[in-house]
Amino acid sequence: MSVISLTCIECPIGCALEVEMENGNPVSVKGNGCPRGKLYAENEVVCPKRVVTSTVRAKNGVMVPVKTDRPVKKSEIFEIMKKINQTTCELPVKIGDVLVENISDEANLVVAGNA
Amino acid sequence: MKNYYDIVVIGGGPAGLAAAIAAYDNGAKDILILEREERLGGILNQCIHNGFGLTRFKESLSGPEYAARFVDGVLARNIEVFTQTTVLSLTKDKKITAINTEYGVFTVEAKAVILAMGCRERSRGALNVAGSRPAGVYSAGTAQKYVNIKGYMPGKSVVILGSGDIGLIMARRMTLEGAKVHAVCEIMPYSSGLKRNIAQCLDDFNIPLYLNHTITRIEGDKRVTGVVISEVDKDKKPISGTEMHFDCDTVLFSVGLIPENELTKGAEIELSPRTRGAVVYQNRETLVSGVFACGNVLQVHDLVDFVSEESELAGVYAAKYVLEGAIEHDGVEVVNGSNIGYVVPQRLDKNIGGNVKLFFRVTNTFRDCTITVKCGDTVLLQRKKKIVVPGEMETLLLTEAKIAQTNGKIEVVLEENV
Repeated sequence: MSVISLTCIECPIGCALEVEMENGNPVSVKGNGCPRGKLYAENEVVCPKRVVTSTVRAKNGVMVPVKTDRPVKKSEIFEIMKKINQTTCELPVKIGDVLVENISDEANLVVAGNA
Repeated sequence: MKNYYDIVVIGGGPAGLAAAIAAYDNGAKDILILEREERLGGILNQCIHNGFGLTRFKESLSGPEYAARFVDGVLARNIEVFTQTTVLSLTKDKKITAINTEYGVFTVEAKAVILAMGCRERSRGALNVAGSRPAGVYSAGTAQKYVNIKGYMPGKSVVILGSGDIGLIMARRMTLEGAKVHAVCEIMPYSSGLKRNIAQCLDDFNIPLYLNHTITRIEGDKRVTGVVISEVDKDKKPISGTEMHFDCDTVLFSVGLIPENELTKGAEIELSPRTRGAVVYQNRETLVSGVFACGNVLQVHDLVDFVSEESELAGVYAAKYVLEGAIEHDGVEVVNGSNIGYVVPQRLDKNIGGNVKLFFRVTNTFRDCTITVKCGDTVLLQRKKKIVVPGEMETLLLTEAKIAQTNGKIEVVLEENV
């Protein structure tokens, strides 16, 4: 049995988590202050995922904030960044508009702010 | 144009927006927001990363998404907004002189003023880093504006000084956009940024964090070509022989935020040398009657959620001031004792009523300690803490009943448990 130490990134508290592993699978999580921390730790030791945030240049040059609407595999982040930087859009857009469907892992790229 | 308003809010960032909405909803209907930039939202517009709003909305929003909720709130109410308007001066009789392209230089008068100008970044000049003055040295926030708003990269090969949250966020952002971030160095033995940002901005991308290190030389003539970083001793003096060299074309400074109080000084409003923001009562009223301050212009917050909360308090009391008139203050001082950096509010007034949340920061990292709020020998409140760090603001709630027991100066102290 081995133990993996993590910092929870679910909220600003940043709990120090300890995950007990057996045969590559998490068996227990310690240190989490809430249920979200347990879930984060269990996913993190198997397949870490992140929400990617970036910008897309609209056709008139204005930068539009965007994000993936769910966490995507950490290992795919740079692939996703490439796709984001090839994306453009026409204004106006509004928060939540989908710019790229299924950019990775069933996550869509959505508008995350007013341009 | 109209030159008299019940409330004028200086600044249309998160603080100003929340204050204006709260003032409106509490009965003040004649409100003007003055904003320097082209649009409302303040610094949130360039903070495109997520993680905002977890406390307030129980969801993880980007900065622009968080801002939009409040901008929509202002637009849904009959609150007047001037953007691209710079305030030039404020007087203690609440006359505001400002300038914009529509009206030129103009003066408006207000029954109550809400200061919500936010803060600015500490600069390279304030740190006195040796070396010439080549292009490629930016504050982290400036770089963030270039990348996220203007859409171009300020450099390709980066060293960051200071591990505040903006520096950590920019380490990740520059990396995602293809730059190589060689190192983040931090002169203190701890990061002033959130632990989760160390994890998701540095560790995720294998960016090294050098604690107890600072930049001792910036090299380059026209453009930055490299930096030297050195380890520092207990007195923060560089240790000879510990130098490390990095080739780079860009240096970012993320070395602290300072409340932006030029207007406040001009109005002769007393500032605290500790927070560098105004001295306020718990209703966020400064020592000049009818002038309120909230958000990062008052104290630099860790989270925008807390800025919104504080600003609503200021907005509620500014509306009360307009509708019910000035309060005769009967205040006692609140001071920071041993191991406490500052406390806000710095004045407590029994006439205001209600419970009061004290905000403070500790001066160092302490484990197993006790924080006590006392008035003379009377202990009003005591809390044991497993760990406290300067990077995280602490709060304690003082109930109205406890405040009633006070008869003089209130002190907040931290003692280590032995």
